[in-house]
Amino acid sequence: MKFTEEHEWLRIEDDLVVVGITEHASEQLGDVVFVELPEEGTEVVKDDEVAVIESVKAASDILAPIDGEIVEVNSALIANPGLVNEDAQGDAWFFKMKIEDTSVLDDFMDEAAYKEFIE
Amino acid sequence: MADLNRTCLYDLHLELGAKMVPFAGYEMPVQYPMGVLKEHLHCRTQAGLFDVSHMGQVILRPKTGDLADAALALETLVPVDILALKDGRQRYALFTNDDGGILDDLMVANRGDHLFLVVNAACKADDIAHMRAHLSDVCEIEEITDRALLALQGPQAEAALDSIAPGVAAMKFMDVAVIASDFRDLWVSRSGYTGEDGYEISLLAANAEAFARALLAQDGVAPIGLGARDSLRLEAGLCLYGNDIDTGTSPVEAALEWAVQKARRGGGARAGGFPGDARILAEFDNGASRRRVGLLPEGRAPMRAHTQLYATAEGGEPIGEVTSGAYGPSIEAPMSMGYVAIEHSPDGVRLFGDVRGKRQPVTVSPMPFRPSTYKR
Repeated sequence: MKFTEEHEWLRIEDDLVVVGITEHASEQLGDVVFVELPEEGTEVVKDDEVAVIESVKAASDILAPIDGEIVEVNSALIANPGLVNEDAQGDAWFFKMKIEDTSVLDDFMDEAAYKEFIE
Repeated sequence: MADLNRTCLYDLHLELGAKMVPFAGYEMPVQYPMGVLKEHLHCRTQAGLFDVSHMGQVILRPKTGDLADAALALETLVPVDILALKDGRQRYALFTNDDGGILDDLMVANRGDHLFLVVNAACKADDIAHMRAHLSDVCEIEEITDRALLALQGPQAEAALDSIAPGVAAMKFMDVAVIASDFRDLWVSRSGYTGEDGYEISLLAANAEAFARALLAQDGVAPIGLGARDSLRLEAGLCLYGNDIDTGTSPVEAALEWAVQKARRGGGARAGGFPGDARILAEFDNGASRRRVGLLPEGRAPMRAHTQLYATAEGGEPIGEVTSGAYGPSIEAPMSMGYVAIEHSPDGVRLFGDVRGKRQPVTVSPMPFRPSTYKR
């Protein structure tokens, strides 16, 4: 699993990149009450605002971590936004992306580097 | 957090795992480990303990010894019938300014030989200066600085407090009483700001931590932070000063006509005679051009403060603005309140709020969003 400075995690699964927010981010946000997901099939560029997450405290944007196509979204989050607080780095993934070259993931932080980053 | 005040329960908040934030010049608990959502629901189903010691407590004592003199003096600053307020009773009031705007909202209690006021933390210095400037000829004005203020709210509040302060169960909504306890005299009112039955309790700061611990040891009592306090009051349709009412809003615009009793309205026994009376009484007769309303967004996205409201799904100019908006844990839906042009204010009118550049439908709705459970 890799991590971005925007507190997203990425992991490779069947040639796709699965994206979610980190446990640290979900703790900072507090109880999540609403999630807006992108349309499947959307082409995105790194740093595009692709999803919105609203907690009891505030709204936050989720940015595309890399260029690619959104091929699947986790509609379970629409019905149960609280899943983000329960299992941020597991079942509460946000979307899956198809990207040209998965080697771009090498540029992101590993878990140890992310832990250091949030301290 | 330099320069911020702390209440006498600061150490207890930290011990309970609170996350502290700056609020109205104080370091206050915004949430405890339970989290805002569960704290909200806990207060609705069991009982929540809130530290509201940052709020101002003020005593007005008539120099003549006749409480009516203090009541009539205070009436020169509020559009509220204080004279008719009976011994042992409390009511909601507003300090107005010469433009008819609202300087603060407050509670006023008749405690026999004096009036006891509770005012907002952010306004208390100004409120006290305002009263000293206008009421000093008639009243001794004493800011109470040695007492904490706690609120205990929710269906289990009565049993929890009555076991520590026997007698409070017999009180009705908006009653006030002095109750003797192991923690010395408790100044109790059966009121609060969550829409729940419950109490606010003023007691000597030196005894507050032991009192709070005794309450927390009762069945069902948990500490609740400012985060849940905000969603609780919004579900109850109650205004937050600074968000929903301020110097730019009049009592009629704010739909607070109920706080202005007949005696102070046009044709009443003591009509007018408060700051801004010309405008406020005219609005009673002719209506205001905008009104505070409840708003229920369709969908699940909260429509937060400053969201612009439109009459149509496309085009046009804003016809209003949201002043408070959040997710309502008990109603399991987003909820807002805000001001809209009067022609768009009837219940059931469908409007559109601009949320991140998209117009989302929202319906003008009666408040409270969740029925209150006061013991009348």
